[in-house]
Amino acid sequence: MRRRLKKDTIIGIALAIPSIVAIAIFVYGFIVWTIRVSMSNWNSFSSLLRGVYKFVGFKNYIRLFQDDRFITDLWNTAFFTLFFLLGSIAIGLLLAVLLDSKIKGAQIFQNIYLFPMAVSFVVTGTVWSWIFAPGILPDDPQGINLILKKIGLDHLMWNWYTSTKHWGPFNLALIPVIVAAVWQLSGYTMAMYLAGLRSIPVEIEEAAKVDGASSWQVFWKIKFPLLKPITLSAMIILGHISLKIFDLVFAMTGSGPNFVTDMPSIYMFELTFRSNRYARGSAVAIIMLLMVAVVIIPYLVNSMKKEVRL
Amino acid sequence: MKKAVIYTILIVFAMFYLLPMYVLLATSFKPLSEIGISTMWNPPKHFSLEGFKKAFEKLSKNLKNSFYLTIPATIISSLLGSINGYIFSKIRFKGDNVIFSLILFGMFIPYQSILFPLIRFLQSIHLYGTIPGLILVHVIYGIPITTLIFRNYYMEVPDELIEAGKIDGASFFKVYSKILLPLSIPAFVVVIIWQFTNIWNEFLFAVTVTSNPEKQPITVALVNLAGSQVIEWNIQMAGALITALPTLIVYILLGRYFVRGLLAGSVKG
Repeated sequence: MRRRLKKDTIIGIALAIPSIVAIAIFVYGFIVWTIRVSMSNWNSFSSLLRGVYKFVGFKNYIRLFQDDRFITDLWNTAFFTLFFLLGSIAIGLLLAVLLDSKIKGAQIFQNIYLFPMAVSFVVTGTVWSWIFAPGILPDDPQGINLILKKIGLDHLMWNWYTSTKHWGPFNLALIPVIVAAVWQLSGYTMAMYLAGLRSIPVEIEEAAKVDGASSWQVFWKIKFPLLKPITLSAMIILGHISLKIFDLVFAMTGSGPNFVTDMPSIYMFELTFRSNRYARGSAVAIIMLLMVAVVIIPYLVNSMKKEVRL
Repeated sequence: MKKAVIYTILIVFAMFYLLPMYVLLATSFKPLSEIGISTMWNPPKHFSLEGFKKAFEKLSKNLKNSFYLTIPATIISSLLGSINGYIFSKIRFKGDNVIFSLILFGMFIPYQSILFPLIRFLQSIHLYGTIPGLILVHVIYGIPITTLIFRNYYMEVPDELIEAGKIDGASFFKVYSKILLPLSIPAFVVVIIWQFTNIWNEFLFAVTVTSNPEKQPITVALVNLAGSQVIEWNIQMAGALITALPTLIVYILLGRYFVRGLLAGSVKG
């Protein structure tokens, strides 16, 4: 028997090796390679062709932090992430609670709220870009502005994603992009919350009601604390998506005037694939990786620990 | 009274989620003569397939490319995920959890951080700019999520079932093919839907690995189309609808498995 088990383990490991090696090379090996490029002088096509590696240390990183465009990108990422998370979590929670209140047609609503998840960010960007296109103000408004004008709210018309208005470092042009992102992913938080709410045993709620608790109290005192781990998961999953957001912004607005809707991913793309500044582009990519790693690694470590305890 | 409030809120949100759908349908079925700023929100007066015909002319090659890419990549990565899932759930070996976590990290990284080496690598093996190159990319970067979904699924299969098979003398492959595989249909459905949707919708690899417009998947072609047809909205929106349709059909037919895939990717590692 023992020999059999051992043999199975060996076959198993042998079968897993191709995948393990592939990940080792294509994820970790390539990350090291990118770090190496980010510390080189490969900032033109000819330098790459010559292929001579010259180590320049953190020079490309230092340059980035002196670069106004990159600083704008970091602020944009921060505000985009903040409002996108707030919006998706608030709407997701609200809809999940309403759908959980045993109403007729809940399944239909749920399907409607979730379908954007099946649609490409590129399609979302194309359509929302059309909806928020401002037109020529004030006489030839388009999209949302046209509706605002028709219902007599002319004073609310503005340039949406082409506006260079800002409150401190927050570029208001990000608002339409945030709306599109919330549209796409709030159904996801709703599904997570709904799964959480449905896993709470009915007995808990009934017992509380017998003790005279109102539905409002049942929600805030009993259900809401139980949903905390879901809120954390949602923040991490959506947070890491928004830190590396690319497709949506690329298809919807691009960098925008004065980089009002620019993101690190867009800058990385332009540096690497449009202006052949491979080293600088790699430095942006590594900074993006660090931002995501700070969020994801504790999450992964934590969920692994929990599993072992089980 | 209270029910009325709930329904009002739900309906208002439903309108928000359906608004882009309305835009897509109303605009794509308009003839060019009805395209204009003042009537942009109106439904079409005369239904016309003009926009679809022109969009299809421009996108048909890319639509084909997307199928050539998505179908093999989905099948290969599901099979790979199933084998990996079996190993990481039922065959314990030293350090398996650490290795599994290291694999999982691969699904969260911003792909920008591997993109330049990846392209140099694809160039060196002459797969740069080709659909097989993109298939390889999606199979490899699909390993973490497919392994995760299958592993979580196989965790629920009682060990006794596997042990019983082994005592009866079933080999490693027999246990997999006779005991696990028949139980795996729901997991396969979840993974296939997940991979199909993600690979179909993907843009970053598509735009950087393929530069020849003839070889590009439909997501890239749509961005180019939307950028060039700024006045002919009906073509633009018909193109967007064509791009979205395959994954929407999958969602409409198999929505509940889609939700399971979503939750599998988030709730726990």
